[in-house]
Amino acid sequence: MRRVCVVGAGVIGSLYAAHLSRVAEVSVLVRRPEQAAALREGLRVSGKSDFAARVTAASDPAELPEFDLGIVSTKATDLDAAAARLARRFEGATMMTIQNGLGAEEILRAHGSWPVISAVTFMSGVRHDDAHVEYELDTETWLGPYAGSGTTFETVEEVHDLLVASGLRARAFADLRPAQWSKLIFNATVNTVAALTDLPHVSQFAATAEQTDLGRLVRDLMDEGKRVAAAAGVELHEDPWEMNVLAVRRGETQAAEGAYAHVPSMLEDVRSRRRTEVDFITGALVREAGRAGVPVPLHTAMYRLVRAREQA
Amino acid sequence: MRICVVGCGAVGSLFAANLASLDDVEVWAYDLWDEHVAAINEHGLQLSGAGEVVGRVRATSDAAEVPACDFGIVATKSMHTSSAVAAVAHAFEGGAVCSVQNGAGNEELVAEHVREVIRGTTFPAGHLADPGHVVWDTKGDTHIGPFEPSPAPIDKVRVLADACTRAGMPTVALEDARGAQWRKLIFNAASNAIGALTGLSHGRVAEPPTRELAWAVMAEGGAVADAQGIVLDTSPEDLFDYAARKDVAYDHKPSMLQDIQAGRETEIDFLNGAIVAFGERNGVDAPLNRTLTALVQGLERR
Repeated sequence: MRRVCVVGAGVIGSLYAAHLSRVAEVSVLVRRPEQAAALREGLRVSGKSDFAARVTAASDPAELPEFDLGIVSTKATDLDAAAARLARRFEGATMMTIQNGLGAEEILRAHGSWPVISAVTFMSGVRHDDAHVEYELDTETWLGPYAGSGTTFETVEEVHDLLVASGLRARAFADLRPAQWSKLIFNATVNTVAALTDLPHVSQFAATAEQTDLGRLVRDLMDEGKRVAAAAGVELHEDPWEMNVLAVRRGETQAAEGAYAHVPSMLEDVRSRRRTEVDFITGALVREAGRAGVPVPLHTAMYRLVRAREQA
Repeated sequence: MRICVVGCGAVGSLFAANLASLDDVEVWAYDLWDEHVAAINEHGLQLSGAGEVVGRVRATSDAAEVPACDFGIVATKSMHTSSAVAAVAHAFEGGAVCSVQNGAGNEELVAEHVREVIRGTTFPAGHLADPGHVVWDTKGDTHIGPFEPSPAPIDKVRVLADACTRAGMPTVALEDARGAQWRKLIFNAASNAIGALTGLSHGRVAEPPTRELAWAVMAEGGAVADAQGIVLDTSPEDLFDYAARKDVAYDHKPSMLQDIQAGRETEIDFLNGAIVAFGERNGVDAPLNRTLTALVQGLERR
């Protein structure tokens, strides 16, 4: 597994491309020719790591070299269009999806019969320009075989080893669903609460003293999500509430050191008046709840509020 | 008869200026905004728009100046009820005080400082144009009745209703004014909180994807009213649809949205927060109103 193609060079894609370029031949596929041109001049990472990477970049998939591993790291809202550009190409490659929420693997597989690796990541950063990304949270990528797509666990372990060798943190799972659902419930809650309150992920998200404290809402939303997971037969890898408390505590430590509190991506989207990923995150959870017959009035309310916020 | 309006913003000014047109009523206004007070004392309190009125009103920002009054009409924003009424309570030792504020929970606060309390709900609306000048945007009815835990006698309620009505502010005296209050509260809680969180006008809140949410939020409020034995005078849902008409208030930006956009504190604790609190006291859970309360409080503190 010496050749990697990263599809979509936002924050997450750029972090993968830059790090992996230290241990593999990396190409990057982007939508805009200007970004491809900028990336060919070098991809810079600052923050948690600080280096410049050499990558091949193209805005036309026909110009891409062959690769063994494709990391599809567009936003969930752009995934379908990106996957369509890969259709009938790179048939020997294994593809890895990294989108927030649920359903990315199915969208990708509608365009080709690649073996697929499911992944979630907790890394985060800030995009400074087309070819410069600041690495903020150097947390793990979790990956596992997407059932029914012909991916073996050995392939997953190979990708895991490659990520670790490149300086990123990773963990391989035989079944990713418990981790994917933990993150889904965490994201469906923290992202929508942040998007609607205009608050970064700060200590109020864990405050539970009063009935109407924000932390109570966060916990209630997570409890709803946990009921859906249980009904869907998923045993969660981590408790989303504990993930929330830990993340808030880490944020407080960083704030004390003068760093910014983490701005969840859905809040960034709302602030920049972009379409959010709410359909893939909360929308996916609400659809799963419907399938499992579990009422989720609070997530339904959050979904409607964020959709309305997008339209305002 | 002497009446003091406590909090002479838009709604307070509608009462003060109109009541001042009556020969048998002397009107005072207690307000902390000095320019407004000075303008009222110099040129009178001016209304334009739905009615042209200039009322001779004695305004002051010094509570000690307010003489003994027969009635008080409290029209501050709800978060200022306690401090305003506490400051001027000496004027109402023999009088009755009526809240015409938004939401629920204000009368309880008034009753901490005044013995005879009147529950009120008012629909007329306006906005402050300049110091001493309020634009009267919409006319509407007011419903008042004794506040049960610390009531003013119904005869006094009728005297106040009669004065307001004669002054051009149609007011109905009721033995139980809770139905009117909770109808407006339930309507306001849904429209304001959803509007504040989404940035949508009232008419758009009444459309998908928020329409079903608004109706579910109102249903919770209805259940909390039921549990208290309150019979709503008319349906909040009908009011919601009526207000959403293009020729009524489709484009109206809910006041809570205006507050959020201006970086001001909102009345959330007296709207959705009050539905949650009254629900809790009566064994009814209101999870959607609790959700909206937590979110708007978060938005206030961002």
